[in-house]
Amino acid sequence: MKRILKNISWRSLRVWQRNYDVYLATWKVNFIPPLLEPFLYLLAFGVGLGQLVNDVTYNSTQISYLKFIGPGLIAVAIMNHGFFETTYASFVRMYYQKTFDAILSTPLTIEDVVFGELLWGATKSLFAGAIMLIVMIFFNLVSFPFSLWVLPVSFIAGMTFSSMGMCFTAIVRNIEMFNFPVFLFITPMFLFSGVFFPLSTLPLWAQYVAWFLPLTFLVSAIRAIALGIFSFNILLQLLVLIFIAFICTLLCLMMMKKRLLK
Amino acid sequence: MLNNINNKIEMVKASKLAKTFYNIIAVNNVNFSVYKQECFGLLGPNGAGKTTTVRMIYCFLEPSGGELIVLGKNVLKNPREIKSCIGVCPQENNLDPDLTVWDNLRVFARYFDIGRNEARARCEELLHFVGLFNKKDSRIDELSGGMKRRLIIARSLINKPNLLIMDEPTTGLDPQGKHQVWETIMQLKGQGTTFVLTTHYMDEAAHLCDRIVIMDKGDIIMEGRPRELVENNIGSNVIEIYSSDSEIENYMKSKNLKYEKTKTHYYIYVKGGEKELTEICERFGSEICSLRMANLEDVFLKSTGRELRE
Repeated sequence: MKRILKNISWRSLRVWQRNYDVYLATWKVNFIPPLLEPFLYLLAFGVGLGQLVNDVTYNSTQISYLKFIGPGLIAVAIMNHGFFETTYASFVRMYYQKTFDAILSTPLTIEDVVFGELLWGATKSLFAGAIMLIVMIFFNLVSFPFSLWVLPVSFIAGMTFSSMGMCFTAIVRNIEMFNFPVFLFITPMFLFSGVFFPLSTLPLWAQYVAWFLPLTFLVSAIRAIALGIFSFNILLQLLVLIFIAFICTLLCLMMMKKRLLK
Repeated sequence: MLNNINNKIEMVKASKLAKTFYNIIAVNNVNFSVYKQECFGLLGPNGAGKTTTVRMIYCFLEPSGGELIVLGKNVLKNPREIKSCIGVCPQENNLDPDLTVWDNLRVFARYFDIGRNEARARCEELLHFVGLFNKKDSRIDELSGGMKRRLIIARSLINKPNLLIMDEPTTGLDPQGKHQVWETIMQLKGQGTTFVLTTHYMDEAAHLCDRIVIMDKGDIIMEGRPRELVENNIGSNVIEIYSSDSEIENYMKSKNLKYEKTKTHYYIYVKGGEKELTEICERFGSEICSLRMANLEDVFLKSTGRELRE
């Protein structure tokens, strides 16, 4: 573990900068879809589904369904943008474009490259979280300015989900194989982490299962922050996310080193 | 510290260098040195261990045994320092397709911590050097194979390397592209750059390399200057006979000639050869015989065999 951490340096930022340059060069493609995302969700769930759903009890007060799912959707965007960046996008760079191989002939180490990719994935999560948050603030769905704490949380959770994604990237043989983690991992989290309904409506055993899903911690933390309800649970949930990020970062660094050095 | 032997500075020194992948021996305890300002060629059939050897030199792979010193530093202890002072042209094109020609160089300069202004000057200079300045805003997939190669060479020079490693620099290029790459390498050689070059093409090795080693199955089986290797192992000329007639073989045995036999040809290795050629033509017919100069390919095929490799 010491050896892995020793090989990470500030040079990781060079990889981040490379990805940022590419992002800026194609910013219209990168910026417009994430901006449309919250509008579509709010339209579908708020205006569509919201008509059929009564207010939801949260923290022993009644809030509108839109206010309830809004923060959940922020959490989903954070998860998706981090996870998809270090799975599909990193895989294309590693496997098809040989970008990593090229960088490895410069003073950067494999650890620098992989960690730089994780930082970039987390940055994409931050961007996605920020865009969602701005739209929610605009529609007065979240408290202001306390909800700005969503931003640092986006980056932290971004590290969690991008390091998890990178673990899969280190083991898949081809790009189609990402279907497995997406359908067995991302989709269940999307549905059962308390984004669309309070976990308390699930049977007790299902609630326990839900607390094994990383997204559950993020949804819970973001919802409390966005609605301006501070509690120590938030810190606890963040600690869990940081712990997962740390473990998955170590894991993916080891596995990527093995994969790239064969 | 760089070793100085007989006024020749050792840029690379491999001692009993070995690499194994899951019990497969790719490089088997080889010893060689590369001296300053020379072009050192690594030749060998597919799977000989050339690419594995150069990958260890540019610190992409870690040796499994022996010692490898590059620019006076151990590849296991100081990979970052070594990598910051060498240039690498890999076998496969790994230019960044997400970036323009210019940005490929600019972003690469940043990996080496070259400052913004210096990088700009360096990119401009290098694009002029490889004749791609008017393509600076092009996308990578708009470039021809030869242009991509030249851009990779430009990229490998971004940090003003003391040692340039080229893994099959002209594989897959058309003759024009190949000759342009050769000219670029010759120009760099003229400026005193040290090269480690791998190639399948014997004309390329004879043209560019001052000294070569031939590898086969992980071992170095021959080492020397191209011209000397040809003279010592083959002679000066080769008579090719397009026939598998055993009469010819009996004749050669009776005359004590050095020869090699394939399914369709005999190759006779001779000093001058005019006398032998006239005799063979008279006996077996002139239409199947030809005399040519011996070359590195003869050495290569003689030493590594003619059978196909994986």
